[in-house]
Amino acid sequence: MNYGELFRVTLPETALEIAALLVLVVDLGFLRKAALNVRAGAAALLGVVGCAAALWVMPMQPMGGYFYPGTGEVLLATGGTAAAAQIGILALTALTLLLLIDSTFTKHVGEYVALILMAAAGGLIIAAAQDLLVIFIGLELLSLGLYILTAFAKRSGASAESALKYYLFGGMSAAFLLFGFSYLYGITGSTDLHRIMLGLYMPNAATASPLLYVALVMIAAGLGFKVAAAPFHLWVADTYEGAPAPAAAFIASVSKVASFALLISIGAAAWHIFDGMNGHAALMLGFVPEPQNTWLGFHASWTRVLMVLAAVSMLVGNLTALAQISVRRLVAYSAVAHAGYILLGLAFFSYGPRSAEAILYYVLTYGLTTVGAFAVISVVERATGSDRLEAFSGLHKRSPLLAAVLLVLFLSLAGIPPLVGFWAKFNLFAAVLNVQPGGAALGLVALAIAMSAVSLFYYLQVMKRAYVLAPADETPIALPPVTLVLLAFIGIAVVVLGCFPSLLQGWIAGFYGGM
Amino acid sequence: MLAWTIYLSFAGALVEALLPKNRPALARWFALVVAVAGLALALLSFAAGATNHFQRSVIVDVPWVSGMGIHYLLAADGISLVVVLLTGLAAVAGVLFSWNIDLRTNEFFAFFLALIGGVYGVFLSYDLFLLFVFYEIAIVPKYFLIAIWGSTRREYGAMKLALYSFVGSAMVLIGLLAAYASSGGHSTGLVELAHAGLPASEQMWLFPLVFTGFAILAGMWPFHTWAPTGHVAAPTAASMLLAGVVMKLGAYGCLRVAISLFPRGLDPWGWSFLGIGSWRDVFAVLAVIGIVYGALVALAQTDFKFVIGYSSVSHMGFVLLGLVTLNQIGMTGAVLQMFSHGVIAGLLFAIVGRIVYERTHTRQLAELETMHLSKRLPFASWAFVLAGMASMGLPGFSGFVAELQVLVGSWVAKPAWTVTAGVGIVVGVAYTWRALQKAFFSDATPSAHVHEHGHELAAITWPEVAGTVLLFGATLAVGLYPRLLLDAIEPAVKTLLAGGVR
Repeated sequence: MNYGELFRVTLPETALEIAALLVLVVDLGFLRKAALNVRAGAAALLGVVGCAAALWVMPMQPMGGYFYPGTGEVLLATGGTAAAAQIGILALTALTLLLLIDSTFTKHVGEYVALILMAAAGGLIIAAAQDLLVIFIGLELLSLGLYILTAFAKRSGASAESALKYYLFGGMSAAFLLFGFSYLYGITGSTDLHRIMLGLYMPNAATASPLLYVALVMIAAGLGFKVAAAPFHLWVADTYEGAPAPAAAFIASVSKVASFALLISIGAAAWHIFDGMNGHAALMLGFVPEPQNTWLGFHASWTRVLMVLAAVSMLVGNLTALAQISVRRLVAYSAVAHAGYILLGLAFFSYGPRSAEAILYYVLTYGLTTVGAFAVISVVERATGSDRLEAFSGLHKRSPLLAAVLLVLFLSLAGIPPLVGFWAKFNLFAAVLNVQPGGAALGLVALAIAMSAVSLFYYLQVMKRAYVLAPADETPIALPPVTLVLLAFIGIAVVVLGCFPSLLQGWIAGFYGGM
Repeated sequence: MLAWTIYLSFAGALVEALLPKNRPALARWFALVVAVAGLALALLSFAAGATNHFQRSVIVDVPWVSGMGIHYLLAADGISLVVVLLTGLAAVAGVLFSWNIDLRTNEFFAFFLALIGGVYGVFLSYDLFLLFVFYEIAIVPKYFLIAIWGSTRREYGAMKLALYSFVGSAMVLIGLLAAYASSGGHSTGLVELAHAGLPASEQMWLFPLVFTGFAILAGMWPFHTWAPTGHVAAPTAASMLLAGVVMKLGAYGCLRVAISLFPRGLDPWGWSFLGIGSWRDVFAVLAVIGIVYGALVALAQTDFKFVIGYSSVSHMGFVLLGLVTLNQIGMTGAVLQMFSHGVIAGLLFAIVGRIVYERTHTRQLAELETMHLSKRLPFASWAFVLAGMASMGLPGFSGFVAELQVLVGSWVAKPAWTVTAGVGIVVGVAYTWRALQKAFFSDATPSAHVHEHGHELAAITWPEVAGTVLLFGATLAVGLYPRLLLDAIEPAVKTLLAGGVR
């Protein structure tokens, strides 16, 4: 085993871990006597530096990734969508760290930042992993961090309650996932994604198709939990409501990017089974590289599972969000809905890079928007002590900038042009229809668009409070400087990326070209 | 040059949002300057188009999302120039009739100008994606204009309007994505999509989907219910814009997108039921129902503004009927009716919502009856008499030329449509007359109750006079010399009928 090579591949993760340790040392060692805001600032800044360092060492990774010694099996990929997702994870982590500076939910800022960085390292592994075991390690690393982060507001009962719920659901779904993985291994005799996909086309796998279905449903349950797809979404609302705002922002953004990057890896592996083989071998298997038309193997069954998940998530998420009176829960159910849209893109995955790019674009911009939304929510919560709809009444009078950013972010989530959320949806649905221009794909896209019309209603409920209704209390809300800069940055990014979609799209496509 | 109408409006909206809060006069004058600049640009471009025989001219063409064939493509033909001119008129008149807005003045004009910018954008887009973007941009400001500055049940009316619009635009988006995908995903340009040769079977479902999506905003029966509630709830300027230009967005979309891109969708099905044998018949029947139904309901209203709201549904029925006649005269009439109704409905809403309501604080016809407004507000009374005559379609006003053309066109297509729509015109005379009589010229004895409130009504201000004169001049000019606009509309319709967009 070549440890030098392994070290080079995991350089970004290493950078994050070192930063996590440094934060602990500095915070618990040198800054023990300092004021809380100084410690929070120092810890968050060190964390951001760690993310920057991880970005800086990324180009030093070897091309192609880390191979299992003696075989052509990739354990951790580098470059391509994995790299784009990793950069997105690091950037979003840095943004959520900045949210900590103005927060007051904990005194243990060093531990908080260290946990965020370690969880982010898990996210990086997930985004790059190409092997079931590595995937599972990454998922656990991320999830364990998230459970603790959810419970981090020690004085809040809601925080502890939501963390316990999250943990119990998470443990259960990890068990499902592992169970599904074990069946996949049993059918194909490998833990490498590509080998599994290939193995599923072998004649002996065809006789085991009921087992394959069990495995796929189990895996869908496990990953559906991570991406908050219905019907595995029961934790989402409680966690988003109970967790401290910066932690909730992390869960809503980074964890989602990592999980969807994993789903992209699975989809890509399912498509590119025969890429390494010569045409003769493909012919021998009677395989035409359009798995959409065949009922053999992984792809067709996976598509059906994802279609169901996507449709249920869009319906449940949007319809449940209509009835919410807490803005955090509203964002949570809208997250379920957005997961549904993205799963639609995964269900109709393209052979070329089109779908992967569209999904990455969607999930990265969605993550960015959600971090901003949680930043706004946390400011409002600190001023009013509540995240109810009424707490947002008359926001335009109390803080015009906050209201304006909220307007931009929520309209973007609702998919109103020229904001980035609209382009993300358009691009994703166009990619879906590019794979299959009619039939089930068209029906589901129509459902998705109809459901985003529904979503405008609940987003407008918040906007109505912010702009139309009179405030109960007219005292202005002061924006702390860091949050102010962060919100202005996110708001401008949402507008600019929406007006010039090629910017981010070209950037993502550049990664694919380099693969 | 014409593209600056869009940029100026959006820039104006941004500046308005940043203006200091306690300077309403500044916000008003600034909005007026921006709106007048837009109108001036529209007029200049119209004049420039006239020298060019109203050929389609490309204004801007820049690749926007290169990998997907989406262009930032603005172009204008005769139809676009006419509706842009209407938008300019409505914008200036809207600002003039909002001169009395004191609550959050700068925000009001910010939303107002953003809406105007979106409307200009739709009328000038020649790329379906771009058109859709502008179309949706126009939805959000409408919501806030009504919800913040509106009156009767404003939050309900605003939300209903926003959701109807968004459902309509969702249908359009599905159509856009499906057409884009099945044409190979090379381009979203209107010209390219029209020439993509979409299979007839596909056009057969795309046409009704997209047409309905746009027609919701044009107030097509039975999807018109947002219109009366929205118009009534909206502040005067927003009602003027809603009836004046936003409903035209829908009609324009039906023409520019649904009919131009999916012409085969209008073909006969090959079987017929009760004389309905194609989507064209279906929509014509819905349009005719809208004409008669809107007029009949307007006849029974007790709220003055609801009368005008339902009359809009009736008049927009003429536009939709004209569009589906699919002949030169009918479609020309439809476009002319868009302009005519935009101006006249704006005028009516201005008189009812601003001049009368702001002074009497009631819109109930029963209460207005006792106020002797013809003596106390002679300006409003005579303005309404003239506007009412224009609305009824009396010769000399733009409505006459437009509705006559639509009726002739529909007679050519199917005489039964004309006969039924004619009933609508007769009822139209009745409801206008009834409202006019009750609101202004009633000689009901004033009750003691009114004597208590018999204070002097505030004098008419200059912005009201200016706005009235502007809109009235427009309808009279077109009514007396319709060639002014017909020269622009006819070639564009001819090209369209000769084989879609070119």
